[in-house]
Amino acid sequence: MHPAFQGILTIVIGVSGCLAYFYFSNQFLDKVLYPAKGPNAGRNINRANMIRPWLFLFPAMAALTVYLAYPVLETLRLSLTDRDQGGAFVWLDNYTQMFAEPKFWEAMRNNMLWLIVVPAMSTAFGLLAAQLTDRIKWGNIAKSLIFMPMAISFVGAAVIWKLVYDARPPGAEQIGILNAVYVWFTGNDPQQWLTVPFWNNFFLMVVLIWIQTGFAMVILSAALRGIPEETIEAAIVDGANPFQIFFKIKVPQIMSTIMVVWTTITLVVLKVFDIVFAMTNGQWETQVLANYMYDKLFRSLDWGVGSASAIIIMLLVTPILVWNVRNARKEMR
Amino acid sequence: MDNIAGTKSSLSWAVQISTVLLVALWLFPTVGLFVSSFRTADQISGSGWWKSLFPSEQTEQYRAADPDENRVADGDVFVVRGNIFAEAGEDASGKAISTWGTSSRAVSAYEAGAVAEMKGGETITVSGSGDYEWRGDEDQMSGRGQRVFVTVTSPPEFTLENYELVLFSGNATDGMAKAFFNTLTVTIPATIIPIVIAAFAAYALAWMDFPGRALLVAFVVGLLVVPLQLALIPLLKLHLGIGIGKGYLGVWLAHTGFGLPLAIYLLRNYMVGLPRDIIENARVDGATDFQIFTKIILPLSFPALASFAIFQFLWTWNDLLVAKVFLIDATGQTTVMTNQIVELLGTRGGNWEILATAAFVSIAVPLMVFFAMQKYLVRGLLAGSVK
Repeated sequence: MHPAFQGILTIVIGVSGCLAYFYFSNQFLDKVLYPAKGPNAGRNINRANMIRPWLFLFPAMAALTVYLAYPVLETLRLSLTDRDQGGAFVWLDNYTQMFAEPKFWEAMRNNMLWLIVVPAMSTAFGLLAAQLTDRIKWGNIAKSLIFMPMAISFVGAAVIWKLVYDARPPGAEQIGILNAVYVWFTGNDPQQWLTVPFWNNFFLMVVLIWIQTGFAMVILSAALRGIPEETIEAAIVDGANPFQIFFKIKVPQIMSTIMVVWTTITLVVLKVFDIVFAMTNGQWETQVLANYMYDKLFRSLDWGVGSASAIIIMLLVTPILVWNVRNARKEMR
Repeated sequence: MDNIAGTKSSLSWAVQISTVLLVALWLFPTVGLFVSSFRTADQISGSGWWKSLFPSEQTEQYRAADPDENRVADGDVFVVRGNIFAEAGEDASGKAISTWGTSSRAVSAYEAGAVAEMKGGETITVSGSGDYEWRGDEDQMSGRGQRVFVTVTSPPEFTLENYELVLFSGNATDGMAKAFFNTLTVTIPATIIPIVIAAFAAYALAWMDFPGRALLVAFVVGLLVVPLQLALIPLLKLHLGIGIGKGYLGVWLAHTGFGLPLAIYLLRNYMVGLPRDIIENARVDGATDFQIFTKIILPLSFPALASFAIFQFLWTWNDLLVAKVFLIDATGQTTVMTNQIVELLGTRGGNWEILATAAFVSIAVPLMVFFAMQKYLVRGLLAGSVK
């Protein structure tokens, strides 16, 4: 069967299956199990209403449990076992093996660099863009153009930026804009930017900053609009200059939103895989954890160490997870 | 801030100019890819794409027509006339020759229209438009056509050849047509199914009272940040174990699972904000929860449903990792566009005309969705992260 038909069939079966499940399970509950009539009508209605939420929740919760909650525990278990020994329990051997690998520490170092640079730069550029576009007439057009990279895949972005970083032999016409500018200004030989150790990390980070700035800008721009006018007017009356207004009046008031943006981008950074995979594949000292893990899982087929590095990513995410859950619980009350 | 005396004009100019610069900086890389996808391989490697928007000057080698076939007698000498661009099968319109030469050591020896005297009285002249007249005696006017080096200014030139090659040629390594349909096949079910499942759960979490509700919300919020990297091996094992294997079903299920936390979270946040009166009135009138959900909540939640649909669409369309792990098998029949591009980066690393076009084909659809439905995307982002 052609996959397109299979796709359409899946949509039809999936959607109608879901709807049928919800409809008939509700019918069953109301008509068969606890009918709202007869001597026990009142009690039956109460019972049905106690069960109904779980009918609504069941498919989603089942999927979440199987596709996210169970894998976390299973990955933890796999990280403590050795596949070559038939899945025998080896405690922390995978971790000690991983900690002895220089490539892992390279990935850790790079990930820490990414964690500092990308959220900081994206938030800063996003804040700048939000403030600049706030009061000008064509602000909305400017915003949607800066926001546009959000729609581009990491792989597409990798191609776009590889063209920017492209290098031709010295003397030839440069077709990468970076080398064209570099050669024109300095007169030096063109550089293979992605192979210059350490600095190449920053050339990769630029790609993610380029993508995430739009996100930061959209959120921060909404927050800037939400600042009460009176506070700004009061500052103007007191003779504050525009920079003082921005840094001393506006920024402190949207600090909580800046934190949200920062943590959201941090999460993206921790999972960043496609950019490194497509642009350097971790060569020239650009390895990051997510790509290291992919290497271990699907190239070396070493599930133990691969799972161990996944757990490291999970540990790095955990503080944000706890913070988010706490905030959510606060709101529920 | 607009009315601070004395600071307005200079600052507002500074703001305008900085905004233009920022937008230009952000747009520049994408425009580069877009322009490159309309250029031939030679053009791309010959000059930077930013130069292609203006007339370009290049030195190239051409050859006059074969004298044995084209020469015509003119008194006691022979003449060959023609257009050097036409001899090479090129379009001469818009091109202008400034200087030319007959030897590779002196490529701009003559102005356009000047006459070059060669050994033994043989002469050739090339005009600005590429028309030439080459004369000489019988011995000189035989063999191959005279070489001519010209410095020519060509108008900007673009082609759709790359798109033809990438979309319609059916070429297995460069073609994107199949990958395009595969991506579509992955994306649509993976966008619709989680919405249906999540909408019911979100309604229960927003408007039904039951013990453990807060805990479940916290559970969903927690799963929101779990990196999907953790799920790869256990789920692949599970899929292989229960016989789904690698394929569309597996990738649909995986995307559904991974998309659910955000779907439930976004929809619940939106549904909680719906007016309580409407729902309670409906209850009083005897509507069941199922009716309230389908007749009131779902239509009212359209903006939130649209927001999530866009997120999930962009995410599944642009995804590489999930497709690589759950879909693409050794036969490569089910490759998606992102994977195809990564493979092109390996095999066609220097062929920018193919890479740029392939990348642009994969980017075009999300960009259209983005510009058409930006309002919902922004709304979803705001609902998803700002509290």
